Amino acid sequence: MSGLDPLAGVDSANGRRDPMRMQEKLVLRIVSKATVPFILLFALYVQFHGDFGPGGGFQAGVIFAAGLILYGVIFGLDMLERVAPPRVVEFGIALGILIYGGVGVVSLFLGHGDAPAGNFLDYNGLAHDPVHGQHLGILLVELGVGITVTAAMLAIFYMFAGRRMVERPEFGAPEEDQP
Amino acid sequence: MTAHLPILQVVLPLMAAPLCLLIRNGPATRYLAIGVAWTSLWIACQLLGQVVAEGPISYMLGGWVAPFGIEYRIDAVNAYLLVIVTMIASVVLPFGVDRIPLTVPAGKEYLYNAAFLLCICGLLGISITGDIFNVFVFLEISSLASYTLISLGKGRRALRAAFSYLVMGTVGGTFFLIGVGLLYQATGTLNMADLAERLPASFGARSVVVSFAFLTVGIGIKLAVFPLHQWLPNAYSHAPARVSAFLAATATKVSFYLLLRVFFGIFGVTYVFGTLRAQNLLIPLSLLAMFVGSVAAINQTNIKRLLAYSSIAQIGYMTLGLSMASVDGLTGGIVHLFNHALMKGGLFLVVACVGYRLGSDRVEDWSGVGRRMPWTMAAFVVGGLSLIGVPGTVGFVSKWYLVLGAINRGWTLVAPLILLSSLLAVVYVWRIIEIAWFRQAPAGAKREEAPLSMLVPTWVLIGATLYFGFHTDLTVGVARQAAQALLGGTP
Repeated sequence: MSGLDPLAGVDSANGRRDPMRMQEKLVLRIVSKATVPFILLFALYVQFHGDFGPGGGFQAGVIFAAGLILYGVIFGLDMLERVAPPRVVEFGIALGILIYGGVGVVSLFLGHGDAPAGNFLDYNGLAHDPVHGQHLGILLVELGVGITVTAAMLAIFYMFAGRRMVERPEFGAPEEDQP
Repeated sequence: MTAHLPILQVVLPLMAAPLCLLIRNGPATRYLAIGVAWTSLWIACQLLGQVVAEGPISYMLGGWVAPFGIEYRIDAVNAYLLVIVTMIASVVLPFGVDRIPLTVPAGKEYLYNAAFLLCICGLLGISITGDIFNVFVFLEISSLASYTLISLGKGRRALRAAFSYLVMGTVGGTFFLIGVGLLYQATGTLNMADLAERLPASFGARSVVVSFAFLTVGIGIKLAVFPLHQWLPNAYSHAPARVSAFLAATATKVSFYLLLRVFFGIFGVTYVFGTLRAQNLLIPLSLLAMFVGSVAAINQTNIKRLLAYSSIAQIGYMTLGLSMASVDGLTGGIVHLFNHALMKGGLFLVVACVGYRLGSDRVEDWSGVGRRMPWTMAAFVVGGLSLIGVPGTVGFVSKWYLVLGAINRGWTLVAPLILLSSLLAVVYVWRIIEIAWFRQAPAGAKREEAPLSMLVPTWVLIGATLYFGFHTDLTVGVARQAAQALLGGTP
């Protein structure tokens, strides 16, 4: 069986899953195909708007992940895993934090003005001009946040959507768990 | 680089955690975690040395000046705590490093190590920061990591224990956040030192009293102060061996520090104990914790649960010291924080050693185990004596200062109660010793000591309870300095 859709209908008469999958429903397929790109674009807008106005990495990450999850719900988990493999998602969680923390650690070594070295997350030293340094710092930090949030949201979705009934001998009774 | 030690203390474990995710190799991440813990211990010792020699250290994140940016502020109190947390982590992580079978599948061990590092990072962050909202952030980091770690224990009951801790912990965290929000509304600042300056102007406002109540109850849940302790026995007894040793020795201690900081560092001793008279509630609750915890410990059939209930009683001693609000009482409370971390950490490691050989935490299965594992059980005896407070062990030192504080306060009823509850500790410790040493081992049992990689860390902690029982200058000296700093005297 291909990826389980959490929203796939269940035939009430015999309790089996409805053989008709989400992607065979024309309206859902067309509408989601049309909207997913715009959701992703909007996420990028929120991401890069973050250092001047409302928005930022967290919101952008959630929106971006929501776009991908919509794709997964309609076209199946397998298709989504081809777009964002679980290994890559896990890598993304780590990468985002490392970018954030890395910016902080780098600023320990970069001085500006009279100071030989800045404090942790002191963006002033990141560029020749402190104002540019602040821009660059916020941009990078928000990028890290965005990557981690997107990846974490997808990881949570994979955890829930990938659950199957499995036997766990150490627990005795069968229960729901990830494979 | 020494100027940046305060931030490296937190950032090192924080950055090592995602690195674990990139490495994806169980043993490699295990040794990375040990290396990080040892480096953190070195940093913490450097910081403590600096603070004792030169006074408080202040570090501005991002170069933003104090009340506006986040400030890391280290004085005698939290430098002491940083050493405790990193020391316990450095001992517990190498414990049985190649022996203990994890309940996680071998391919997922790196996730366990990442969670452990995040837990350390959160606890260190709570201790080091001078910004009360930052405390909440680190509180969540450490709590979420510890829910994960507890749920990795054996069997389904670990999941339930982790879940009930999650529910209680989230309630506690939310209460804390509500308290912080009300403080921010009243003063417009989140920096602790700045709060302490601005709060007296709004002491009349009801929202400040409410915020005090929310903060106290929120931290009280995390601290497992009686009667908010229900989550603790399950969480400690179902967690994996190393995790219960680490959490029992550090998590509640950090919460106790937070309570100290909120009472003395933010609201101030005259407001808390003069205007609000918090001691009228705290003293009875502390005494109840001492007795209810000890009596419950006597009745346990599982040794991990016994130790967990004993922790509740010991937390009662600490809050009793806090509610004395005198230098002696506070010194007793803070020294007990250190001492209890040593002995409870050591005792949980003993249980892990025996559990490794016997595969059981049940009291009756321990019969004759003293003959089978003499070194391990000798450690239990020393740790147990320390729990009782026998002279020559650290337990005596802290109880001495508590009794001294009670007598100096003129609480003639409290001092004998402290001694009486120590007698209860004799009962539950003796019960184990009697079973382990004086009962016959089941037929066919042969002598098999725990492996050295488990025995050495255990004895490091248990040996420390003896060492600091005789050499009290270091622990009591720093604790006294911390107590004086909290009470507003010159350190």
